[in-house]
Formats: sequence, structure tokens, C-alpha cells
Amino acid sequence: MVRVILRRLIQLAVTLIVLMTLVFFWLRSLPGGPVDALLGERATPQTRELLTRALGYDQPIWVQYGRFLENVVTGNFGNSIRTGEPVMDVISRSFPATIELALAAIIIAVGLGIPLGYLAARHRGRVLDNATIIVTLIGISIPIFFLGYLLKDWLTQSVHLFPPSGRISTGLGNTDVTGFFVLDGLLTRELDASADALWHLVLPAFTLATIPLAIIIRITRASVLDVLDEDYIRTADAKGLRGPTIRRRHVLRNALLPVVTTIGLQTGALLAGAVLTEKVYNWGGLGTLITDSIGGSRDYPVLQALILLAAVVFIVVNLLVDLSYAIIDPRVRVK
Amino acid sequence: MRASGMPATRRRAVIAAGVVAALAIGAAGCAESDRDSGGGDKAASGGTFIFAGAGDPKNFDPIFNDDGESFRPIRQMYDTLITHKPGTAELEGGLAESWTNDPTGKVWTFKLRQGVKFHDGTALDAAAVCANFDRWYTMKGEAAQSQMIYYTDIFGGFAGSPDALYDNCKAQDASTAVVTMKKYKGAFPGAFTLTAFSIASPAAMKQYNADTVTQNGDSFSYSAFANEHPTGTGAFTYGGWNKATGEITLNKNPDYWGDKAKVDKTIIKIIKDENTRKQELRAGTVQAIDFPAPADRKALADEGYQVLDRPAFNILYLGINQKNPKLKDLRVRQAIAYALNRAQLVQTKGPGGSAVADEFLPSTVSGYAPDVQKYEYNVDKAKQLLADAGATGLTLNFYYPTEVSRPYMPNPQEIFTVLANDLQAAGIKVNGVPRPWNGGFKDDVQQFGKQDLHILGWTGDYNDPGNFVGTFFGRSKVEFGDESMTEMFTAIGKADATVDQAAKKSAFEQVNRDLAAKWLPAVPIWHAPPAIVTTKGVEGLVPSPLTAEEFNTVSLTK
Repeated sequence: MVRVILRRLIQLAVTLIVLMTLVFFWLRSLPGGPVDALLGERATPQTRELLTRALGYDQPIWVQYGRFLENVVTGNFGNSIRTGEPVMDVISRSFPATIELALAAIIIAVGLGIPLGYLAARHRGRVLDNATIIVTLIGISIPIFFLGYLLKDWLTQSVHLFPPSGRISTGLGNTDVTGFFVLDGLLTRELDASADALWHLVLPAFTLATIPLAIIIRITRASVLDVLDEDYIRTADAKGLRGPTIRRRHVLRNALLPVVTTIGLQTGALLAGAVLTEKVYNWGGLGTLITDSIGGSRDYPVLQALILLAAVVFIVVNLLVDLSYAIIDPRVRVK
Repeated sequence: MRASGMPATRRRAVIAAGVVAALAIGAAGCAESDRDSGGGDKAASGGTFIFAGAGDPKNFDPIFNDDGESFRPIRQMYDTLITHKPGTAELEGGLAESWTNDPTGKVWTFKLRQGVKFHDGTALDAAAVCANFDRWYTMKGEAAQSQMIYYTDIFGGFAGSPDALYDNCKAQDASTAVVTMKKYKGAFPGAFTLTAFSIASPAAMKQYNADTVTQNGDSFSYSAFANEHPTGTGAFTYGGWNKATGEITLNKNPDYWGDKAKVDKTIIKIIKDENTRKQELRAGTVQAIDFPAPADRKALADEGYQVLDRPAFNILYLGINQKNPKLKDLRVRQAIAYALNRAQLVQTKGPGGSAVADEFLPSTVSGYAPDVQKYEYNVDKAKQLLADAGATGLTLNFYYPTEVSRPYMPNPQEIFTVLANDLQAAGIKVNGVPRPWNGGFKDDVQQFGKQDLHILGWTGDYNDPGNFVGTFFGRSKVEFGDESMTEMFTAIGKADATVDQAAKKSAFEQVNRDLAAKWLPAVPIWHAPPAIVTTKGVEGLVPSPLTAEEFNTVSLTK
């Protein structure tokens, strides 16, 4: 186990170094740049020159790269070009927003997906099963962007059931402790803030959850069907074990393995989906930050750090998934 | 294990749940609520005005900013020496009750309003005003200087630079500040109204190290003054910027020298997506939004929202690059002008309140000539002129920006399509070249001059013809490839340098006549004012042509 983790950590380091270099050169090969983005229409050539020099973009690219590496190694990701704040501050402010959203989406996807998939498998070939197949197919194929706008239009414009955007009502004056607004409300006993944040969370979380939810339902269903056909289930049945015991200890546990893999793989999709969901709901997390940093301002320092962060999250989640195999499946542990 | 009567897995779950609960309860004891205990703000008389802005401000030190989203909050917290009559571009006293200019045009004397106090309680007097002027002029470091975009543009440079315009500022007495320039510049007095030149509290700037712009890697960070303690004289004081929720809070300044704010608090809520701004307005969660999509305007008005059009103060033009020898011929440029059906473009694609432009400045600006040559839509005439010039079968590269929306150009792609079709109809082949705004367009057009035609525009900063015509055509620019149009540069330079205001006005009128008839370096397309939309309960919001709305006049009924 320790060796597995060690090897993964080394892989992580190598991946990050390669990625960092690619990102550095890739960003700088894009046309336009922060100088143009910062200066707008009013800059005189003088100002342009001054800023280029001040930002160090007049130096050869290798010098810039060296300075960048030096900074990264010392843990200094620089400041946002746009706002002048340290990149780490910008990211740590947006991070909780995205995690809150992604967690809610995972809870919905797993919490609904596994039971529904299981039920569909138990009712194989009947109405519930067929309906599930059709609905999940729609769920997988509907673009997040479209669904987001659709839900928003129905539930916030035609009927004022949910707020159209943001994480909390404007002017509520909630106290920010961890950046997780639902949690903060509980911690500070501002329960109305918690409720308000949850209420804001519903639509974005559902929008983001649709694709993973549909996939988890289908995988669970297929996997449960496979297991139900296994000899050991018949054996368990034959030796007189009670139904609930068979289902919990033998069916679900064995069927969960592919489902857990899927959840891990979906984390990447979840990050990508968060960019779109956050755009639709003005969520203000990492997704919003990525779009802002590329589109308008070419905020190199923020982008570099964000891409590295995404890679780390992705690799760590996959590591966790591998480790969870060991918990669910004793055979892996033995190997 | 079994003896406990509980399966191992379940027991683990119970323990885990217990730990989580214990943690939550424990933590609840440690976190303090920051809320005011004095009841909710909802009960208070003035209420909270929530305005949806379209982007993040950079910081709140006026001199380091140059964009509208930063200026929106800055304007509420600071004042300038000279300002505009609400809803117009006419000058009126701000912090200065009155101002005079000596016959050389170099010395400006400001009579300051008495009894005005900064938010930190210090007095606004002549010494404070001079401290601001001196601060700008003596700003140290490339990092800081490179962020003073308006200052560099208007004042030419900093201490030690031969181009610097500023000489000195003297406090004649407590309420008289005398600013002396090295030479006359036509931009004044209009340029004194620029939000970037707002007067800030010298004491606060000193206390919070306003001039410290430090560099970290390839970026800058600003001072505590710019980020946490902006201190001006404005109708609102700074109440914080919650970046996690995108809310900038501005509190009523009870000691404001002018009309005190009617609301207790203004919140600027940053919503970058135009569609989302509209939806928040409909959901009633914000009371006013900026920059609605032109297409939504009518629907919102029909639903009972107030659509407030700003008087036009911008211009969209079709630039013509004379690096192409064919385009050096005035007849070809005139043919292009005749080929465009601008009236129809305004009707089909223009934001509400937009109008065909015959000149490169709005009619409210001094120097606008009522009698310039007009190019009414006339395809036959266009074809004839092309034939006369021997330019039939002309093919032109038409650059237009993508991934951008500007107040004067909400929909570049659509504008391009309409203009290109008009040109094709007159027999000019158009090769459309779309380039991302900050990903090639500005470089290709303004630095390399790769285009034959392009669309671009401008929103005016202050009421002066030089700010429009001079910006575009006052000097040689690759944008128009017109190095040889020295006659035009000289004429504009002369007009700009005329001290006598009446003579200056007529000089610029002549410039505008010549621009239309003789030089035609570009074709003016339209003036397209961006609107503000508010709910019915919002009263007293006066749309400004310079997008310089002040929220102290806003009140909420309902």
C-alpha cells in the first residue's frame, strides 16, 4: 500500500513538472496578452512599453521561464495580473465555492444514482427499468449549458422558485469563516444564511449532477445485473441467507467496484462541468475564475496555478479511488 | 467483536457519524458571527439599492484605474474638482466651486468648496488638492507609472520626463489651489472631470501607503489604501468588497457636502453574464442592471421595467487603411461611405436610442459642425465613384473582432455581416477576417495594420472634441495607414492648441467638415448609447452620457 502511494506521488511530481512547462509555453504562444488586456483602448505606446518592461515581458522567454520555475519551486505563484492579489488568495477564495458545488453534485449523483440503479436492476425489463434507461440516456446526452439555462428559465423566471444565480442572497451579510457558505451558517448559527446558501445550491448542483447521476445509475444497474447472475448469489440463496443480507453483503458490495471507478473518473468530468455550470449560475468558483482568466485578461499567473491545481485534484482523486478498492475488495488488499 | 451485537461496518458508521456531529457542535462554539446586532437593514428608512455591475473593479485608488467597472464604485466614494451637470456632458463645479484659466491657458485657479471633509475627517483644502497633483507627478517606479493610464495620456509623463505637462500646484490660501502647466493643453478643463483624477485624502494615502505598488513575479499588488481604505469626499463611504459573493458595499456618508444619499446603502453586485443580470432583475434580486442586450430592451420595457437611455457619447466607425494604394484615392473611400446603408443598420442592429453618425463626435460636444458633407446611402453613386477611380472589382480584407462586446459595438459579428453585404452590393468583394478581441484583433489592426477595413469605436471620457477626433486622427496611426495626411494632423493639432474657447470651437468645426469632405480616413457609423434598466421602485437614477451615474440621488419606493 505504502509503495503504491509512493509511486503515485512520484508520478504526480513528474506530471506536474511536464504540465507546468507545457502550460507556460502554451499560454505565451496565444495571440494577445496581459499587456493588451490590461491597457485597453486608452494606452499610449509609452504606457504599453512601460508595462511590458515592468511585467518583464521584454525579457527573452527563457529568462521568463527560469524566473517562473524559481517562483514555483519557492511556492510563489505570483499575483493576479488583473487584481494584484496573491494568486493563492484568489484561488483559496474560489476553491470552497467549487468544492461545495461539486460535493453537492456528487451527493446527489451517488445518493440517487446507486439506489435508482439498483432498483432498476431489481425490476429488470419492467416499466421502472425501461423508464430509467430512457431518462438516463437523456441525462447523459443533454448539454449542461443548455440544461442550466432551461432549469433557470423555468424555475427562476416563470416561477420564482429558486434564485437565478450566485451563492447567497445579496446583502444578507453572512459571516465568512471557511468559505463553505452552508457550513459557515451552521458554525456561526446564522441558520438563515445556511438555508439561503442551500437554496442557491439546488439548481446548480442538480445541473452539474445530471451527467454523473445518469452514468452512475446505468453502471450500477449493469453491475448489479451481472452480480445477480453470479453463482455465489445462488449459493447464498440456497444456503438460506435472508434476502436483505444477500443484497447488502453480496450483491451491493460486489457491484460497487465498477461504480466506485466510475465516480473517480467522473471527478474530471465534474471539474469540466463545473466551469459551465458556474458560468450559467454566476457561481464565482474556480470555473468562473478559469473563464475570467483566459477570456478577458490572459491572467497568466492565475491560469498556471489553476491548471496545476486541476491536475493535482485529478491525480489525488484517482489515487483515492485506487485506495478505496482495497477497502471494498479484500482481493486487492492481498495482492 | 460479534459479542457487541452490532456488525462491524455498522458500528464504524455510527462512530463516524458521532465524530462528525461532535466536530460540528464543537466548531459551532468557535466561530463568531460578524453580523451587526442592531437589527436588519431592511427595517431602516432608506433601504439598500442593489445595482448589478458587469465586472470586477481593479482596486479603489482612482489614479491606478481606467475602466468603467472600477470607476463605478470609485465615483460614489470620491469627487473630482470639476464634474458634469447630471445627465449631461456640461461642466459644473465639483469640489471646486469655480475655476478660471489665465490668458496663456497654462494656469488653472480653483476656488474650492468650503467645509468639505474627507471620510477620515480631514479637511479638503488647497493643500490637499495640491498633494494629489504632486503625488501623481512624482509617482515612483515603473510598476506604479504603468498603471496610470489616464495620467500618462493627459499629463504626458512624470517628474523628469521632457514630455511632462505638469509644472506645479500652489495653495494660494486654504480654498484656492493654483495648478500651473508647462504648456496649454486643449483637453482641459474637460479632463479635470476624469474619475481617475479624483481627489483622495492625503492623510489616508500616507497612512495606508497608497504609492506602494509592488511587483511580485510578473504582476503587481496594490496598497492597503487601494484595496481596503479608499478615502475620498464622496456621497458614500467604503463598506467592503466581499469577493466570495461579488458584493461591493457602499454606505451613506452622513456628512456629504452635496445632496446626501437617500438610501442607507448601495450594493454593487458583480454579475458578468448579461443574461444572468437580466434574470436577477426579473427575479427581483437586483434593482438595476447595466448594459442590457439590445435585443432585450423592448421586452424589459414591455414588462414594466424602466429602460433609461444614456445620451450618446460614443462612436462606432469603419476604419479605412490607406496602406492599400487603392484606398488612397478619396473617391474609393467615398464610394465605401455611399455604399453603406447605415440608417438600416441602426434600425435593425442598433441598441435603442442609437442614431446614424455623420461625424466622429456626438452633437453635444463643442466643435460638432451642423453642416458636414453627408453620405446618404446610394449604391449607384458608389459604383460610379469606383468606376471613376478605376477600382472596380476591388477586394478588401475586413477585420472585425470576436469574443467582445463594447457599449458602442454590442454585436461586432452582426455589424460586420450587414456592412459587408452593403459593400458587396456595390461591387466591392469583402474578405472577412474575424479575430479575437484580445487575441489578435487589436494587434493586427492597431500595431501591424494588416487590414483594409475594420470596425472599432470609442466612448468619450470628457467633453472635448480632441478626446474624439484628436484620439483617432491627431497623429499618424497604423490603424489608418495615413502617415502622409500631415495636413489633417496639423489642423487637429492647431485646433487642439487654440486657447480661446470660441476660436477652438470653430477650428474643430472646420476639422469636422474637412474630415467628412476632404480626408475621410474612416466612415462614422453610429452613436449607440448603452442603457440602464431598473425596477419600477427605483427613482432618481439619472443616466449619464459618460456612464458616470452617481447613486446619491437614487431612492426606493415600493
